[in-house]
Amino acid sequence: MSDTTQTIEPIVKGRGIVKRYGRVTAIDHSDFDLYPGEILAVIGDNGAGKSSIVKAICGAVQPDDGEIVIDGEKVHFSSPIEARDKGIEIVYQNLALSPALSIADNMFVGREIRKPGIMGSWFKMLDKPEMQRIAREKLTELGLMTVQSINQAVETLSGGQRQGVAVARAAAFAKKFIIMDEPTAALGVKESRRVLELIKDVRSRGIPIVLISHNMPHVFEVADRIHIHRLGKRHAVIDPENYSMSDAVAIMTGAMEPPPIEQQQLSPK
Amino acid sequence: MADVQKSTRNRQDFENTLDSSDANVASFVYEQKGFVAKAQHFLHGNPTMVPVIVLVASVIIFGLIAGERFFSPFNLSLILQQVSIIGILAAAQSLVILTAGIDLSVAAIMVLMSVISGKLAVELGVPAPLALLIGFGGGIGAGLLNGFLVTKIKLPPFITTLGTWNIFYALMLWLSGAQSIRGEDIDNTAPLLKIFGQAISVGSARITFGSILMVIVFAVLWYLLNKTAWGRHVYAIGDDKEAAELAGIRTDRTLISVYALAGLVAAIGAWASIGRVGSISPTSFYEGNLQSITAVVIGGISLFGGRGSILGALFGALIVGVFQSGLRLAQVDVLWQVFAIGWLIIIAVAIDQWIRKVSS
Ligand SMILES: Nc1ncnc2c1ncn2[C@@H]1O[C@H](COP(=O)(O)OP(=O)(O)OP(=O)(O)O)[C@@H](O)[C@H]1O
Ligand SMILES: [Mg+2]
Repeated sequence: MSDTTQTIEPIVKGRGIVKRYGRVTAIDHSDFDLYPGEILAVIGDNGAGKSSIVKAICGAVQPDDGEIVIDGEKVHFSSPIEARDKGIEIVYQNLALSPALSIADNMFVGREIRKPGIMGSWFKMLDKPEMQRIAREKLTELGLMTVQSINQAVETLSGGQRQGVAVARAAAFAKKFIIMDEPTAALGVKESRRVLELIKDVRSRGIPIVLISHNMPHVFEVADRIHIHRLGKRHAVIDPENYSMSDAVAIMTGAMEPPPIEQQQLSPK
Repeated sequence: MADVQKSTRNRQDFENTLDSSDANVASFVYEQKGFVAKAQHFLHGNPTMVPVIVLVASVIIFGLIAGERFFSPFNLSLILQQVSIIGILAAAQSLVILTAGIDLSVAAIMVLMSVISGKLAVELGVPAPLALLIGFGGGIGAGLLNGFLVTKIKLPPFITTLGTWNIFYALMLWLSGAQSIRGEDIDNTAPLLKIFGQAISVGSARITFGSILMVIVFAVLWYLLNKTAWGRHVYAIGDDKEAAELAGIRTDRTLISVYALAGLVAAIGAWASIGRVGSISPTSFYEGNLQSITAVVIGGISLFGGRGSILGALFGALIVGVFQSGLRLAQVDVLWQVFAIGWLIIIAVAIDQWIRKVSS
């Protein structure tokens, strides 16, 4: 199954990543690979270190050891801004929205559009109508929002609507890859479906996605490969075509031994 | 184990009804019953309305009590003049409070810079414009020190500025030798320092340049906070600093710029204060820090950060001025002015808490 003559290089290649929070070792010499054009699902128990490893990749936390290579280049992001400048977007598990700011302001925070001409270049004036137009367009595409509500403060939205804003923000700006940390956790059936369709859309635009989720049907529906994280390590990588959901859960929880390395799907088929 | 579950590669069965489901998405209609809930929502969206209403109401009430003398153009322009310095300090204070911080040192920065500019221009013969520029630079430097301690050393703003307040105050006493620089000496050597004491007369109203400066300071800061990306970042940081950082804001850099700008505004206030007081006195504006916080709080800017408009601080300063003027004209003892301001602060914070409940 695994192809050792594989020539495509991973977009993200993490080796021996370690992250400690005080005395807790959240990531313990873990590897991580994301390949071009794929949807990589990451599953694991609560506290397995899924959020920590993706945060290390996007610069939100700094790993204590190991190396991360993105597009063949070793990186040491000291903040998420540096990752973002490289076209990497992430939907955080806690969303990272500013409650008092409007939906439009939140979508463009840190990359605001200024008015053309001297109003923009000299007086730094924001082009609010343009930002609102784009934000409205992106949210309508996602079907999560009515169009009148774009200037509404995010704190007046429901949990699921907020999640929609965070997902739309990431999808709108990603150039290289997107990480989504439980993007459908708060969403209803219909809205989850939209996000899954969006994830497939993004893949068809050629942008790979890391999807962290506890929802096995979702994972098995969209994932090309499933990275199973256990006790801070990459435990196994499996092909969803060859394993059932209960197998995946059994491996994840330690009830079943992971398949031997040559049967794992360490790179795409 | 290798039983391929083809069905799991497609939508779930229960999702098939989605095709026939209502395609409308939730719209945001607030079916709030009752006037109180509506008012709460309105105020949540328009946080400056509270101070505006209080300002208008207090003008009407004191107008009724004190009569024509209160409404005379002279008295109204006098109120503007009297609040101008605290107003400028409140503008500086608002910037910091919007980031969920507090700056106890603004008035100390102001007095220190007025002493520095005065010493240089009046006693050391430095050209007045240069002396003022040095004062501005000093204000920025003092603000940078606050910003550095808050962001890089990670000290709480309250403690940081409590410390620098004392430091700046002591420096100011040392430089001034606890002596005032007399008004005549300023007039003779560097009249530019007192320019904001001059006024244009419109009828019986006397509008000082200092009052105009205060309005300009508020207008410029309002523009920065509401029309530029920097301003949005200030609000986002005050709201939730960690989220702002993750969302891609350089929070430390923005915070340092906020403290530096507050220092610059305080130094601009220093120039205006020389005109207002007529001399440079080390004992002036000792309570300016607290008075500026009072104006900000009465103006509806939340001490928890991220909420409120800087124009609220202008209205807050005016409310204090109106109360003081009205109670004085009504010949009420000064102690009752203090008493009334105390209640205003408490009521303002209570209203802020109430408005914030909308979201939770
Ligand atoms: N900021 C932090 N400070 C201290 N410990 C942390 C911090 N963040 C995570 N941890 C610890 O690191 C470990 C891994 O946490 P992480 O959030 O990566 O798990 P997760 O796999 O994303 O879990 P979940 O499924 O619940 O989201 C946990 O034991 C957690 O307690
Ligand atoms: Mg997590």
